This record gives sequence, C-alpha cells and structure tokens, in this order.
Amino acid sequence: MGEGATALAGGTDLMVEVNFGHTRPENVVALRRVEELAQWEGGRIGAGVTWRRLERDGPRALAQAARTVGSPQIRNAGTLGGNVGTASPAGDGLPFLAAVDASIELASESGRRTLRWDDFFIGVKKTARRPDELISAIQLPEALPDRQEFAKIGVRNAMVIATVYCVVTRAEDGETRVALGSVAPTTIRARRAEELISSVASPGEEDLREFARLVSEEVTPITDHRSTEQYRRHSSGVLARRLLERCLR
Amino acid sequence: MTTKTTTRITPAKGGVGESPLRPDGVPKLKGTFEYAQDLHADQMLWGATTRSPHPHARIVSIDVGPALAIGGVHAVLTADDVPGRATFGLEHPDQPVLASDEVRYWGEPVAIVAAEDEPTARLAAAAVRVEYEVLEPNVDGDEAERRDDTFRRMRIRRGDQEVQGEVVVDGYYEVGMQDQAPLGTEAGLAIPDGNGGVDLYATSQFVHVDQEQVVASLGLRPDQVRAHPTGIGGAFGAREDVNLHIHLCLLALYTGKPVKMVYQRSESFTGHVHRHPARMWYRHHANRDGTLIRVEARVVIDGGAYASTTAAVLANACYFSVGPYRCDSVSVDGVGVRTNNPPCGAMRGFGAVQVCFAHEAQMDKLATELGIHPLELRRMNALTTGDHMPTTGQLIETPLPTREVIDSLEAMPIMDDGPPDDVTQLPGGTGLTTEPGDVKRGVGYALGLKNLGFSEGFDDFAQARVRLTEEGAIVETAAIEVGQGLVSVLAQIARSGLGLSRAVVKHVDTSRIESAGSTSASRQTQVSGGATLEAATKLRQRILDAHGGDDLNDSGVWRGGELVVGIEELAEAGWEETVTFRHPPTYAPDEDGQGVVHADFAVAGHRAVVDVDPDLGLVKVHRVDTSQDVGRALNPESIRGQIEGGIMQGVGLAIMEELVIEGGVIKNPNFTDYLLPTILDAPDVEALLIEEDGSWGPFGAKGVGEPPTISSTAAVAAAIRDATGRPVTRVPVRPQDIAIG
Ligand SMILES: Cc1cc2nc3c(=O)[nH]c(=O)nc-3n(C[C@H](O)[C@H](O)[C@H](O)COP(=O)(O)OP(=O)(O)OC[C@H]3O[C@@H](n4cnc5c(N)ncnc54)[C@H](O)[C@@H]3O)c2cc1C
Repeated sequence: MGEGATALAGGTDLMVEVNFGHTRPENVVALRRVEELAQWEGGRIGAGVTWRRLERDGPRALAQAARTVGSPQIRNAGTLGGNVGTASPAGDGLPFLAAVDASIELASESGRRTLRWDDFFIGVKKTARRPDELISAIQLPEALPDRQEFAKIGVRNAMVIATVYCVVTRAEDGETRVALGSVAPTTIRARRAEELISSVASPGEEDLREFARLVSEEVTPITDHRSTEQYRRHSSGVLARRLLERCLR
Repeated sequence: MTTKTTTRITPAKGGVGESPLRPDGVPKLKGTFEYAQDLHADQMLWGATTRSPHPHARIVSIDVGPALAIGGVHAVLTADDVPGRATFGLEHPDQPVLASDEVRYWGEPVAIVAAEDEPTARLAAAAVRVEYEVLEPNVDGDEAERRDDTFRRMRIRRGDQEVQGEVVVDGYYEVGMQDQAPLGTEAGLAIPDGNGGVDLYATSQFVHVDQEQVVASLGLRPDQVRAHPTGIGGAFGAREDVNLHIHLCLLALYTGKPVKMVYQRSESFTGHVHRHPARMWYRHHANRDGTLIRVEARVVIDGGAYASTTAAVLANACYFSVGPYRCDSVSVDGVGVRTNNPPCGAMRGFGAVQVCFAHEAQMDKLATELGIHPLELRRMNALTTGDHMPTTGQLIETPLPTREVIDSLEAMPIMDDGPPDDVTQLPGGTGLTTEPGDVKRGVGYALGLKNLGFSEGFDDFAQARVRLTEEGAIVETAAIEVGQGLVSVLAQIARSGLGLSRAVVKHVDTSRIESAGSTSASRQTQVSGGATLEAATKLRQRILDAHGGDDLNDSGVWRGGELVVGIEELAEAGWEETVTFRHPPTYAPDEDGQGVVHADFAVAGHRAVVDVDPDLGLVKVHRVDTSQDVGRALNPESIRGQIEGGIMQGVGLAIMEELVIEGGVIKNPNFTDYLLPTILDAPDVEALLIEEDGSWGPFGAKGVGEPPTISSTAAVAAAIRDATGRPVTRVPVRPQDIAIG
C-alpha cells in the first residue's frame, strides 16, 4: 500500500471511527474487489473473508465466535482481516487465533512476511503491521484440535461488546490452550492454567477448580464503564472452566 | 368531581373497540414516512452545535473567527446573539439558550453555526474556539442537598405519625439513569417566512410550549412563530423540553434561509433530558395479619444542572411512593437536587418508576417476613375506588381495579417449562456462556400505580376540531403522534362519535388550533380523545337537529327510514365543531402534601419469569405477563403495542439500560455501550386488559402508555431475587451485582 493509505475492508470499524471524527483518512484503498483477499483454502483464510462465511464454514470455535459478531448486516460486511487490523482487545476473532497459534500474513511491494499472533498484536489497537503492508491472510496450523469451544460474556444476548471472551481447545493428547479477550491489553493465553491441565488426562473437581483459579489469576483486566476488574477476573475462571468441561465431554 | 356523561358509541366501521390498520403503518414499514430527519427545503443550510467538553467551567472567551473563516459558513451565533429571553425551560426558564458565562453540564450548547452542508457545519462547530476555566463539578447529591442546592423539596404527612407496626422492614434502593433512547434523534427545520417570522418543524411532544419558548427567546410576537407537528421516531419524555428549537429559529432568521439540524446519536444523548437517578430509603410497618400500618420514605432524585421537570417528577415520585396500597399513616420526604450531572426530566413513568422498584421490593420483604404470599399481601392491602390515596388522602372516585388486576394476574397460567433448550434463549444468548444446568429460574410480581394527565392544579386541556369534508371527517389537532397510535385512535373516536366510517387525523400548526397539551402523562387519548369525542357528538347532534334527522351514517342524514340529506351535500356545507376539553380540576397540595392533586389513576401488575446464571450474573427475562387497568380498550392492538414496548423498556431498566456518569461525564453516549434490549433479550408477553366504566376519558378510556413501564422493572428485579437470593437493591442489576455481590 502506498504512503498514508488506509485500507477499507467491510468498513464496520473504519467507518465508525470516521463518523466519530476519530480519524480522517486522506487516501482510502477499498479492498473488496481484490479477489485474492477473499480466498480461503484449507488453513489459509484470506483477510477479506467475512464473518458470514466463517459462521458457516469456519472451524467450530471460530464459527461460534463469528455467530456472535454484531448483527447479520455487520457479519455480511465485516471481515476477519478487519478484525485483525483493528486489533481491539475485544475483537471476537482474536482469542481463537491466539488459542491455535495462528499467524498473520502481511504483503507489501517488498514481499510477504508472516508474524505469529503474539508478535503481531503488540498493544491496545496496536499491531506490528508496517504502514505499507496489507494483511493478506490469516494462516491457521495444519491440524486443529478436535475439541474447541468459544464463549463470550456480554450484558445482552446479542450485538454486544463482550466483557470477557474465552476460547479453550484440547487435543487428543490432552494439550489444552486457553485464550482470553477483553481482560488484558491484547488477547492473552493463560499459560499456567494450560500447563496444569494439559498433563491431567481426566481432570477431576480439584483440577478444574485449580484451573479456574489460575485463569482468574493470569488475566489482568481493568474496571471501565462496561464492567469491573473483579467481575472480569471472576468470570474468566468460570468461563474457562465451563469451556474446558465442554471439551472434556 | 365533574359529572360524567356516558356517551353512546354510534356504530361505525373502524370505530372504537376495533384495531384498524394504522394510517402511518405501511409508510413507516416501507420507509416512505417522512420523519423530521427527512425534512428538506430548497436552499436550506445545515446547523450544528458547539458543546461544552466540561461538566462545569467558566467561559473565559469565545472566538468565532476560526469557524467563520471556513468557506460555506453563513453564521456562528453565541449567547450575545439571542435577541429575547436568554433562557428557556419547561417549568422554570433557567437554562441558557446558549451558555454565556458558565457551563453547567457536559455537552451544554455554547455556540451554533449554519453552513452550506452538514460536514461543514460540524467542522465549523468544532472550530469555534472557547477558552474555559475548568471548575470542579458538583456531582454529589448529598453535598448539593446540604448546600440546599435543590429544585424542590416535598413533604407528605398523612395520618397518625406515631403508629408502629408489629413487623418493620427497612430498605435502601437505587435506580440508575435511564435514557429514552428514541431511535429518531432530535431533528428539525426552521423556515423564515420573509416577514420576520418563522415556521418551525421539529421533533417535539408539545408544539405549543416550543412555540412559546421560541417567541420569548427570539423576542417576536406570538403570531410570528408557527410550530408544526412533524414525523417523530419515538419520544418517551425526551421531547418535552426545547433543545434545537430556539437554535434553529435563531439561525433561520439570522441567515434568512431555511436551516436544518439533525443531532448525531452521541449528541442526542446529551441533547435531551434523562430519567432521574434515584436513591430511596424506606421503612414499612405492618401488623402480623399483613395489614399495612405505616410507610416512611425518603426519596432523593438528581435533577442535574437545570430545572426541566424535576419539580414535577419529584412530586410524582413522592405521591406514588407507597404504590397501590391502602395505608393511613404515611411520611414521605423528597428532594430534587441540582448538580453538574446531565439534566434529567420526563421519561415514561415520570417518577413512579423509581419508587415502584423500591415499594415493591419492600412489599416482598414484608411478605417474606410475614410468611404471606406476595400477591396475597398485595391483595389484602389493595387500593381501590372509594379508598383514599395513601399519600395525598385524595378520595379515589374513578375505577381502580387493583384487586381485579391481582386476581387476573394470579389466574394466568404460569408455564413452568424450565429453561429452554435453545441456548441462544438462555442467559448469555449467542455468547454461548450458559447451559440449562447453569440456570436458576425465578418468578417475581410487582404492581404499579400512576396518575393520568397533569396534576397539582395545572390547567390541563386539549383542543380538537372535527370537520366534515369530501375526504370524510377530519380531526384537526396539534397533539403529537410520537409512534403511539394517536392518528388511529382519534380517528376511531371521531367515527364512533359521528357514526361515520371515514375519518382521518390531520395535524395543524400552532396558529391554527389551540394547544392539545403534551403527548405525555399517558394523557392524549383521554384529553385530546375527550375533545374529539365531544366535538364529534356535538357535530352529529347539530347536523341531526338542522335537518330534523334521527340518524346519520355514511349515506347522510335519515328521518323515519328515509335519506333526507346526502353525505356529499353535508360535506359541502362545511360543518365543523371545535371543542376544548378539560379533565376534572386538580389542586396544588397543602403543606402536608394533602389534597385533590390528581385527575385519574391507572394500575397495572406484572409477573416476570427469569432465568439467571448466578455464577456469571447473566439474566434472561423469559416472560413477562401483565394485567392492566385500561378503562375502555379503544384500540386493543395499539394497547398491546404500548404494553409490549413498555415492558421492553422496563426490562431494559432492570438489567441493562444505564447512562454511566463519571464526574458529570457520560461514558457511554452511544448504542455500542448504552445497551437496549434486542429481540433476543425480549420476553414473551401475555397481556390482559381490565375494562371498567366510569373514567372521564372518551367512552371511559384511560391512558395506557406508562403503566407497562412502571412495574415491569420491579417484577424482573423480584424474579432475580427469587432465583438467586440476592437482595437486588439497585437497577439496572449488573452481572457483578449477582455474581459477586
Ligand atoms: C454494530 C457493530 C457491531 C460490531 N460487533 C462486533 C462484535 O460483536 N465483535 C467484534 O469483534 N467486532 C464487532 N464489530 C467491529 C467490526 O465489525 C469487526 O472488527 C470487523 O471484523 C471489522 O472488519 P471490517 O472488514 O469491517 O474492517 P474495516 O472497518 O474495513 O477495517 C478495520 C481496520 O482494519 C484495517 N484493515 C482492514 N483490512 C485490512 C487489510 N487487509 N490490511 C490492512 N489493514 C486492514 C482498516 O484500515 C481499519 O483500520 C462491530 C461493529 C459494528 C459497527
């Protein structure tokens, strides 16, 4: 992309920013007609793939996440690339990418490069994307864990920015991943909880309780107009445990 | 009380009791209905408002230069450009048209601009350079009360103040600041008439008071300003106060061009008044048998920076602080404080909502304490016709079927079907947080009481004119349709009054008819409906008398089974009748808050069934059933619309709708974070309409707009208590209040 250009995918984040006067892009590059971006082959999801498509055809937990994004109108327009581009701590697509260790593929005139999710998301709405780079695709690993569950807590039952998001995946060998959103400046993984539970073949009540406790400990939420630190901490543990239990069923 | 004349319903197709298709229904569905946002005039300019970014500051200087320097800007006006009265206000003109020396709330207008297009106008509004000396905002209600910075204090003392009950329960309750959140934001168009006057088309609930306030601040003669009813996308109280009306007229007369303004969503949240947040302390005394002996209450509401209707809202909160229950010893102290919080005013329920949440929590507490079923306790103490209002002592003369409401609510089958299988119908909805095993179900009841029409001696009247024309009968009125269905019901009343099946409502401006009063206080069907019925029946009688007829129908006047004058001939004759209707008089209360303060009352009851996920504090309101006193159901479908919508608003206040204020600043002035219930949050609703003769409304009709919102919130709160055992002393109930406490 050229100097000072702003990419426009579905516009469901960008136009909100423009309408609020938070940004006034000089040059806008509309991406809808770039066919490559809408391509989706295997684990390579083009940045321009919409939530509507993910809701239908995505891996289980990503499809569950897609279903909760905004309203049908938003899901028809909004894209995964846009969600990654905005890099909000409350982005619905991001916990799944974190849980499966997805990579972000970036393209520019000087070529392509791929960054792992945790090298790409570096702060609240901050990414390692250079201004001349486009997000071309999101690369998922070859094999995804069978058991994967997504949930999001919001104060209403649809069309809501969540106060806590969680994805839990569990592989055949017990390897468990826990990713959480809205509870830290970026999406995070609860590594200590993962480590604890991955080694337990069939977790019992004690293990589950300890797992929930560790998740609650590992998150670093804030109090704002949407929720409180204490509630986010508490419900991170409750939610992670519930999702783990669903994975274990 | 004045004598009641029971008017015969003359048979006519589309008359009262039916639910004819709304004349504006199809255009609204198709998107062809003209809302204020759609108004257009050739050569029109766009207006925008410069607002204070501080809740409290001294204005050091205002430099309009940078705004005027922008190409396409026609005017930038400040307080110095207001030719007439510098302030406005619904009850007390205390609010500056544009702030001059001091700003007192976040978002207060400081300057207005007109430019050739909307973006330029907004750019110019942002370019006005205002230098502020920031002051500490006064946002603490207790502090304001100590300083006696108040809009009104209320004191009610009734009966023996020494009596004590055998059982006493105390409670403290809070209600957050709800917003009316009408889908249509504030919008309007002012057109100069070329002779120094102006025509105003703007969102409103009461065009005649807009007109008066425009006249005062523009320093014009009353005949120079005409306020026209226009298409409104919701109001709920937010449109009683002037906001952009004077601004538009100032800009139009200054530039000599039509000027249009449409508030953006975030601006709308600061551009209108909100529901008062309330803090309430209660003590209920009862005897062991359940008889309510004494109620003591203290009610504090925060009016924010300017008066608006705080005095009346406070009074209402105090008058209805006991609810629909008999009680002969009552002590209520209320205060409406002035702070630098956002100004609050009218919202559906007008003070009765806040206290209902508290008195119903108290009734449940008493029931638990006494071991009596909550409905039984309410039935034992039910206030009915012939009783005296527990607060004002007023004798209740119109029908008040509180007992019928309770009995019918109790008789409605409750389907204890357990949590639904569809997870999106559970707490957390599409977020998939919750499975049936995580859910606890609860059931709660609440009753609410409110006045209908204006009170405390306000001269409450409405004028309507019924004309016979080639199009059929036309009802002319300035009563505002805000979406509630006035355009249907007035036509129905006219049909049933005249005995003719063709009737339409036509809105006319303030120069062509006298006031209809505000579309608020659940009053238009009763008051404008009363005027319409009287005009229609008088007109019918005059026509019959003139032609010696014994019947009038769509063919014309009949005598002894023979048509004597055809309907076309009648239409040509230009028959018309104008009536000003007044409801029975009310009076200001005495120093103990006693007297005939209200004209009529309505009672409703709600039963809420909720599913709660206690660990996450998430709530899904499964269903809300209701029984409501409606007098006479003139349009059952419209009433159901009011009931379902009102319940949604009540559910919203119970579990999600709140403006979050920090240091006087609204943290969520947008629909991303001011959450309204979606259809997935909507409960199923079953509604029973209780009809009784005897109210002074047309054919005995009562107002129906507010009761659905009053006790629905309290019922949901009660159901959450039932499900969780949590005290739930504050609404909206937040997830953390349930999950953590
Ligand atoms: C009513 C509403 C509800 C919403 N609800 C949710 C929700 O529930 N959950 C949620 O996560 N989000 C929600 N959103 C936010 C938004 O819909 C999502 O983040 C969406 O994924 C953004 O995608 P988009 O294609 O519309 O992005 P755009 O708005 O087009 O772009 C977003 C940002 O990414 C940049 N960008 C886009 N594509 C690229 C690219 N290929 N390369 C480089 N930069 C790029 C843009 O420049 C911009 O900065 C909601 C938005 C609205 C308006």
